[in-house]
This record gives sequence, C-alpha cells and structure tokens, in this order.
Amino acid sequence: MSNKPYYSSITKKLIMSLMGLFLLTFLVVHLALNSLILFNKDWFNEGAHFMGTNWFIQVFQWVLFGGFALHIVFGIVLQIQNWMSRPTGYKRRAAMEQSPFSKYMIYTGMVIFIFLVIHLFNFFFVKMGWVGNGIPLTPSGEEDMGQLVINLFQHSGYVAFYVVMILLMGFHLDHAFQSAFQTLGLNNKTYWGFINAFGRVYSVVVTLGFVIIPLFIYFKIV
Amino acid sequence: MDLKLKIWRQAGPTAKGQFVDYDVHNISEDASFLEMIDILNDELIEKGDDPVAFDHDCREGICGMCSMFINGHPHGPQKATTTCQLHMRKFKGGETITVEPWRAKPFPVIKDLVVDRSAFDEIIQAGGYTSATTGGVPDANAIPISKENADLAMDAAACIGCGACVAACKNASAMLFVSAKVSQFALLPQGKVEAKDRVKSMVAKMDELGFGNCTNTYACEAECPKEISITNIARMNRQFIGAKLG
Repeated sequence: MSNKPYYSSITKKLIMSLMGLFLLTFLVVHLALNSLILFNKDWFNEGAHFMGTNWFIQVFQWVLFGGFALHIVFGIVLQIQNWMSRPTGYKRRAAMEQSPFSKYMIYTGMVIFIFLVIHLFNFFFVKMGWVGNGIPLTPSGEEDMGQLVINLFQHSGYVAFYVVMILLMGFHLDHAFQSAFQTLGLNNKTYWGFINAFGRVYSVVVTLGFVIIPLFIYFKIV
Repeated sequence: MDLKLKIWRQAGPTAKGQFVDYDVHNISEDASFLEMIDILNDELIEKGDDPVAFDHDCREGICGMCSMFINGHPHGPQKATTTCQLHMRKFKGGETITVEPWRAKPFPVIKDLVVDRSAFDEIIQAGGYTSATTGGVPDANAIPISKENADLAMDAAACIGCGACVAACKNASAMLFVSAKVSQFALLPQGKVEAKDRVKSMVAKMDELGFGNCTNTYACEAECPKEISITNIARMNRQFIGAKLG
C-alpha cells in the first residue's frame, strides 16, 4: 500500500504550499508595477505595455492562471475533506488556533477568488477587449492603462470595496507565508522565528501597498 | 464547591445523544475532574440511573486514556494537563461546565464520553515500530547518538496517544500524533533503517482512516497535554517528501 501512487494529504498540501509561494511572489511583482502609478503614470503605462507584450510574460501568465487554479482546486478538496472529518461538531469550542487567521482561510480564499474575478473584469478583460469600452488613449494614441485605473478609483464605493478586499487578502497572507514553510518541512529552530517575522512583515507591507494606491488616487495625494 | 454540569449522554454508538444537566454539590477543590465525575456517578447509581461512561486508567497523566472535551478544550482549559490531573480548583463555584466526547469521524462515540480510538492503534500497526534486527543487548553507549537527537526523540516519545490533538484540531487532523510517532523512531539509528517506509505507511493509513488534513493552525501543540511540538510535523513532512522522491 505504501508505494501505491495516490494524492496523500501531505502531497496535496505540498502542491498548495508551492503554488501559494508562487502566488506570493506574483503579488510582489504586481505591487511593484502598481506602485509605479504613484510616481508617474507614464512609467505605469510602460510597465503595463511591457507586461502586455513581452513574450515571456505572455506565456507565464498562463502558468500563473494554472497556479491559481491548482491552489483553488486543492484548497477546496482539502477543505471538503476537513469538513467531512468531523460530522458532529462541538457544542462549545474555544479558539485554540495559534495562527489567528488559519481558521478562516477558506473564507478569505473565497473572498479573494470573487475579487480576482471582478479584478479581471475591471482590468485584464478590458485590456483583452473582451468587456467594456476599451482602454482610454493617451494624446499620442497609446493605451492609457494608468487612466483606466485612475478613472476606477474616482468612485468612493469602488475604493472602499477594493480596500476591504485587500485587507481580507492580507489576513489570508498572514497565515499563508509561514504555513507554506511548515508544510514544506522548513520549520527549524534557527530560522522559524525569522520566517514568522518575515511572513508578518510581508503580509503587512503587501496589504498596505495595495491599500494606499487607491486611497492616494482617490484623495488626489499623487 | 457546587457546580452545574452539562454532559453529553449517548446510550450507544448508533443512539442519538443529547446534553443532560446535572448539579453536583460539596465538591472539594482538591478533587480531580475524574473524581468529581466519580462522585456524580455514585449519586446516579444510588438513584438507579445509568452512570456517565468515561475512559480512565492510570490517573497519573501518563496513560492517555482520559479524553474529555471540557469547556471547549480537550482535557480542559489548563495547559499541558490531562483530564485526570485537572483539579477542581481551576473552576469557579457555581460555574457551568460543558463536557463532551472527542469529536472526529475516525473516533466514533461508543457511549457517553467514551470514544473508540483504535484508529490510532491502526496507524501504529501500519509502521510505528522497528523490525530491524539489532542483535543482543548492546552496551547503552555502544551506538553513538547525539544528545540533541536523543532529547528530541524522547520529547516526541512523550506522546501518550490520547487524541487531544485530533480533538482540538478544527480539521480533526492526526498529524501531531503521527509525526510524534514517526519522529521518535526517525531520530534514532535503529529507527532510521525503516524510516522511509514507515512515514509513507503511517501517513497512508492516517489518510485512509478519514482524519482531516493539517492546515497549520497549531491548535494541537497548544492543547497537547505533553506539549508535543509542531516541529515534529515539519520533520514528518520533510521525511515524507524525501521518502516519495527517493
């Protein structure tokens, strides 16, 4: 039995953690590009143009979608199994989790998925010409992705929605980072403190980074 | 002290259970939790009622038999303590105490607070032993073992297999138990011989029995009466990956 190929709980979690770390890396790249808009809209447009035309990015974006798909599918499978493993719940159960947001990963994950779909409709699908009225153009006739972003962030309701979604994503990230390392077996006494601290800093910095961009645009700080 | 108890009563494995309220009076603060249940049971027997069934054996905190989920925690709210070593001074007079059995699909209720934990035995049977021939009785120091590994193996071996990790985990995962049993062998030379097959077999059995998947909430470590560390889970993950790759 031991050598029969099957998706063991650890194998599924391993795929979750590797895809999770991949998505964490992607978020840093995404944030770096987004933050260009705070400095100069043209820089942002150049970044968007590069992402939209570079052949490596074009191929890699499908790898990224695959990463999302695997993370989501395995996350759902694991969660369903976990719900099934306790058919009768407790009447009274204390909050015993030591990683505070670990309890809500499926829910914050669902929120991120909904946000992702809306986000794709707002930007990626518009860029691809599948929805909307196309991207605004610069005076020289080039695509002005920066203006598309700025236009969206003029609506207070949209900014509030975006900020709340990002905060919920931050809760997901807070558990995600160290959890991935634990699953990969990379928990040892020398580095565990650093991994935990780095994960907390990562989630706070990434969340704040994504939050300040719409706020700065809405309140015309930049 | 006087207390109100809300205890899960279930006549048999297939019977429909329910919480029943009891009042107990004049309980000594020095009584253990199990002694308090003993007093309640004496009263129930005197009245001709069915006493509350619960698991217990050594009452010294080392056998792993006691298994009550008390006020939302396995073995009660006191850290690093089994139910038998939990004393009534940890509760307030007049308090309502909720007592439930371990809840997990692989731990079905037999009666009241007694659950069938033979799933753990099956996991041990799958590989929680060493069959390597080590010859006659060697000198204790004939095989060099680092102090660090000896200590870590001993810490892992402190697991009494009570199932509090499964009971605490929101996913009813048995990873802490299995990883402790994997680690106590893997850290020592005699256990290393079969380490790869052991980890694969024990994880496969754990999955087959329907325990949940670990999501690294670390509730198990916080609630374990023997304070088994989650570093054992990381070690088991490392070993499992290594065993699958090699």
